[in-house]
Amino acid sequence: MSAPAPILRMSGIGKQFPGVQALDGVDFRLLPGEIHALIGENGAGKSTLIKVLTGVHDIDAGEIELAGRKVVFASPLAAQQAGISTVYQEINLCANLPVAENIFIGREPRRLGRIHWKEMRRRAAELLTRLEIDIDVSAPLSSYSLAVQQMVAIARAVDIDARVLILDEPTSSLDAGEVAQLFRVMRRLRDEGIAILFVSHFLDQLYEISDRMTILRNGRLVGEYLTAELPQVELVAKMIGRELADLERLEGRPYAGEGKSAPLLEARGLGRAGMIEPFTLGIGEGEVVGLAGLLGSGRTEIARLLFGADHAGQGSVWIDGEQVGLRSPRAAVRHRIAFCPENRRAEGLIPGLTVRENLILALQAARGWTRPIPRSKQEELVEKYITALNIRPADPDQVIKNLSGGNQQKVMLARWLILQPRLLILDEPTRGIDVGAKAEIQRLVTELSDGGMAVLFISAELEEVLRLSHRVGVLRDRRLIAELDNDDDLTTGDLMETIASGAAS
Amino acid sequence: MSALLRHRLFWPGVVLAGLLLLNVLMTRNFLAIEIKDGHLYGSLVDIARFGAPLILVALGMTLVIATGGIDLSVGSVVAIAGALACLRIGDLNDQNSVGGVLAAVGISLGLAVLLGGWNGFLVAGAGIQPIIATLILMVAGRGLAQLISDGQIITINSGPYKLIGGGYWLTLPFGIIVVLVVLALTAFLTRRLALGLLIEAVGGNAEASRLSGIRARGLLVTVYAFCGLCAGIAGLMISSNVSSADGNNAGLWIELDAILAVVIGGTSLAGGRFSLGGTVLGALIIQTLTTTIYSIGVPPETTLLFKALVVTVVCLLQSPAFRAKVFHRRRRPSASSTASEGKVKVPA
Amino acid sequence: MTTPVGAASLTRRLPVPRKYIPVLVTACLFAAMFVAGGIRYEGFATGQIILNVFIDNAFLLVVAVGMTFVILTGGIDLSVGSVVALSTMISASLLPAWPAPAVMVLVPAIGALLGLAMGAIIHYFEIQPFIVTLAGMFLARGLCYTIGTDSVSITDPAFTAFAQTRVDLVADMWVSPSVLIAVLVVLVAAYVLHYTPFGRRVYAVGGSEQSALLMGLPVARTKIAVYTISGFCSALGGLLLSFYMLSGYGLHAVGMELDAIAAVVIGGTLLTGGSGYLFGTVLGVLVLGLIQTVISFEGTLSSWWTKIFIGLLLFTFIVLQRLIAGRGKQ
Repeated sequence: MSAPAPILRMSGIGKQFPGVQALDGVDFRLLPGEIHALIGENGAGKSTLIKVLTGVHDIDAGEIELAGRKVVFASPLAAQQAGISTVYQEINLCANLPVAENIFIGREPRRLGRIHWKEMRRRAAELLTRLEIDIDVSAPLSSYSLAVQQMVAIARAVDIDARVLILDEPTSSLDAGEVAQLFRVMRRLRDEGIAILFVSHFLDQLYEISDRMTILRNGRLVGEYLTAELPQVELVAKMIGRELADLERLEGRPYAGEGKSAPLLEARGLGRAGMIEPFTLGIGEGEVVGLAGLLGSGRTEIARLLFGADHAGQGSVWIDGEQVGLRSPRAAVRHRIAFCPENRRAEGLIPGLTVRENLILALQAARGWTRPIPRSKQEELVEKYITALNIRPADPDQVIKNLSGGNQQKVMLARWLILQPRLLILDEPTRGIDVGAKAEIQRLVTELSDGGMAVLFISAELEEVLRLSHRVGVLRDRRLIAELDNDDDLTTGDLMETIASGAAS
Repeated sequence: MSALLRHRLFWPGVVLAGLLLLNVLMTRNFLAIEIKDGHLYGSLVDIARFGAPLILVALGMTLVIATGGIDLSVGSVVAIAGALACLRIGDLNDQNSVGGVLAAVGISLGLAVLLGGWNGFLVAGAGIQPIIATLILMVAGRGLAQLISDGQIITINSGPYKLIGGGYWLTLPFGIIVVLVVLALTAFLTRRLALGLLIEAVGGNAEASRLSGIRARGLLVTVYAFCGLCAGIAGLMISSNVSSADGNNAGLWIELDAILAVVIGGTSLAGGRFSLGGTVLGALIIQTLTTTIYSIGVPPETTLLFKALVVTVVCLLQSPAFRAKVFHRRRRPSASSTASEGKVKVPA
Repeated sequence: MTTPVGAASLTRRLPVPRKYIPVLVTACLFAAMFVAGGIRYEGFATGQIILNVFIDNAFLLVVAVGMTFVILTGGIDLSVGSVVALSTMISASLLPAWPAPAVMVLVPAIGALLGLAMGAIIHYFEIQPFIVTLAGMFLARGLCYTIGTDSVSITDPAFTAFAQTRVDLVADMWVSPSVLIAVLVVLVAAYVLHYTPFGRRVYAVGGSEQSALLMGLPVARTKIAVYTISGFCSALGGLLLSFYMLSGYGLHAVGMELDAIAAVVIGGTLLTGGSGYLFGTVLGVLVLGLIQTVISFEGTLSSWWTKIFIGLLLFTFIVLQRLIAGRGKQ
């Protein structure tokens, strides 16, 4: 079992972004002829590590060795030329061009100075046959499924004479058969001696395909393990880690809701192909339902379906025992459902507007533009919520992009609280914000539910979910696999076990 | 003082003041305003009067641009509205009948709103890029205007209609009054009512707006229709001023001037925050530039050169990439470039 | 056990590849117009009618070729009409003193330089092409008027020779030398787009600039080059127009940018970039020219119907593209 010399060795890698230490002293190595999984929750530093490796970002500290030689890549092109190719989740090819061209553009076979199309098509077909794909290579890439596009991207990477192949979440939009085919190809490439770095959030897949794992958390290395020697539960524990809680110790929160006949909201068989398997979930008044699961397990998808942000392909939603149609966020707001999305910057904030304008936006949208909120009323509301949520700086006319993440999040919350929703959906409300603001938001959730509001609380941090929820829904691989009552016995360990094993304990 | 410097209207204001100062130095009695026969006269009044149609079109354009769109068809709408009004008035038995003129004005403004709404439908309903969607009407609209006027320049002789673009009311040129009314109306709709907030939200982040429950579709149709209305009024004003409608040349290239006025006024072409005051300043700058070129004896043909210069300078100053490249060049390799971003303040 | 993944998607393919549909529609439209005209008017269905369309629109064809490059990358060039006018103006004012060949070299060089400058500003300062080329439009038109406000006639023997020479083809049909130049430009451009790496980069940038960058393609050079080509083509089109008009005038080619854009779109090129053929652009110019011919044959139809028809065609093709693009995504 003497391991061959690593083809790639990264040591002491550090990378800082304004306000964030994205990577801190990370070591990583990749052996030829292995499939190596890089694992971590959002913000763990996976994508930063890949970007540093492929020359998208430069590094602040540490060094990279390729085949024993120290290297510095100035651009993705330089990394490619050195033999490090990357296939991204959102496939970076030109869908308008023919398949053959996507493989060869930039390196077209030429004859007498002109592109030799016939030769290009012949070589493309040959290459794809090696990857078990038999398609018309002169058709535009857009006419094929994502799985085929993925294979074309891999074909391009392999043909550039890759020694290191990085696959960044290649399976997230593939079905089971397509994944199986991808894995066959990966094994074949591995057996040809290529080192493959594989990123995925699907635990089953990691265990099926990878030989070795490196786990990152909060920009630091947790460790490198042989897949065969690391049980799933331990893996989940290492990914999620144990943070020092700044709040009181964990305790169960039995639901005080007196046995009501119908819950406030109930989703029956709600689902959408490719996003989330049909699920049934009810939330009562004053109840906090937590959703636990790893990134990509379908947490956000449930939230978006319940808010009408995406159309459900099947199933129905019932509020107060009556079926309702949630065709748009607007319809959901009318039923007094509110939603703070996970990605504040892209889906929440209007960056150029002030705190006041961002705060009253949902209320104004509900009233329509012809019925403005009187200025005095606006000021009263803004004043009230700035004080209540302790938003800093307490200046309603500050442009919101100048606020810290935690305060931005509080403004997003306040935007919805103004509407006094009956169901509040929070998708990762405490991610990327400082500890103080985090504690404040957690306390607020408890207070709101005590006041009768139903809350759907999504977080990657199991402790946080346990601390706040009356009931926890557990997700894995886009399925709601269990619903657990949060009594005194439920621990994060139980949750991890459920996530890892895929069955209710 | 620094607050003044950072005010968004500061630089447009300085440019306008500079242009006016140049005129004061070059032209005697430039600032003089007098009342003759109960009418207000003077170079400043002329600038406002001749600039009125541009200000109107630019006001509508401001809202469209704030939603992240653009409307290339306003020039054609100007021509169509003028042609239709003149056609209707020309058919009247008594061209001076106030009722008849009002009906003609109403019909052509109605058509202008409809055409704007059509643009809005293509953008919001059919999901076509604004620049492409409005290109259709820009091309076809010129033909429509000529179709309405049968390819002729329709000349009319109507007292009430003449008032719109060339008349006076309460000593003020009527055109200026129309501009003030439309400006007040726009300000009312956007700032007193909540139209402005919703427009800025949609233009600033369309997805976040949708998730906040804003229905962008109706909003966009409203905004494009309003832009059509503004262009229609400007069209009436232009045709009334010369008592004729020229389907081919009325409002030619006014869309470009209007876009320019909006950009000079500090509204970003990317959408979001808009400034009505800035747009008015921008339109006045363009008009003053034209007047200045006439009055200081530079050949009027070179107006376009100056405009090219102004567009380039304003857009370069607004471009983050330009600021980064030109003002940060000297210490490029330093890793702290993001930290020092705030130190260099660039007028824009 | 190994089922090729592509098999399922193959069954859904149309009899004609989707990418050819817009060009085919334009070709059918052109054929239909020609046949209908031949049935309706005497002396319409002759080869010379089509050749006349070429003769009257040679300059537009050359300009539209340049515009095709720009639009394929997802950009737009509003300056072409003004650059055409500027070229006629420079030619007319230089010719009395300069030898004709020198003018014929200098004018395209100036156009290319203008395009290069605009392309550089668009790429390096990340300003929208719409605005930059708008400034270029003002600049070129302004330069025209600075040179002179009146029409300047051209009497240079070389230019008049270009204007008056008839190149005889078979069976009494003939074309002007300008048509030959335009056809040459089209052939060269088509070769470049299809058979050179640069041409393929134009499509790649139009498909996805981000992807093109990550695939290691020189995006900057490509983008700047297309505006340079467009500037060059506009200036060359300006030369052809001065052969045709034998004059230089600041009011020449007003609004030609719209005709060129319309021809490109009607020819089936996506305004968002990445898809289209030069052959389509040729068809687009022919359709525009044939509309004018039909209207002149009709006699009672006035010239403004041209614009309305072009507008309708634009609308039809934009909606068609939208439908095809929407279908492609599913």
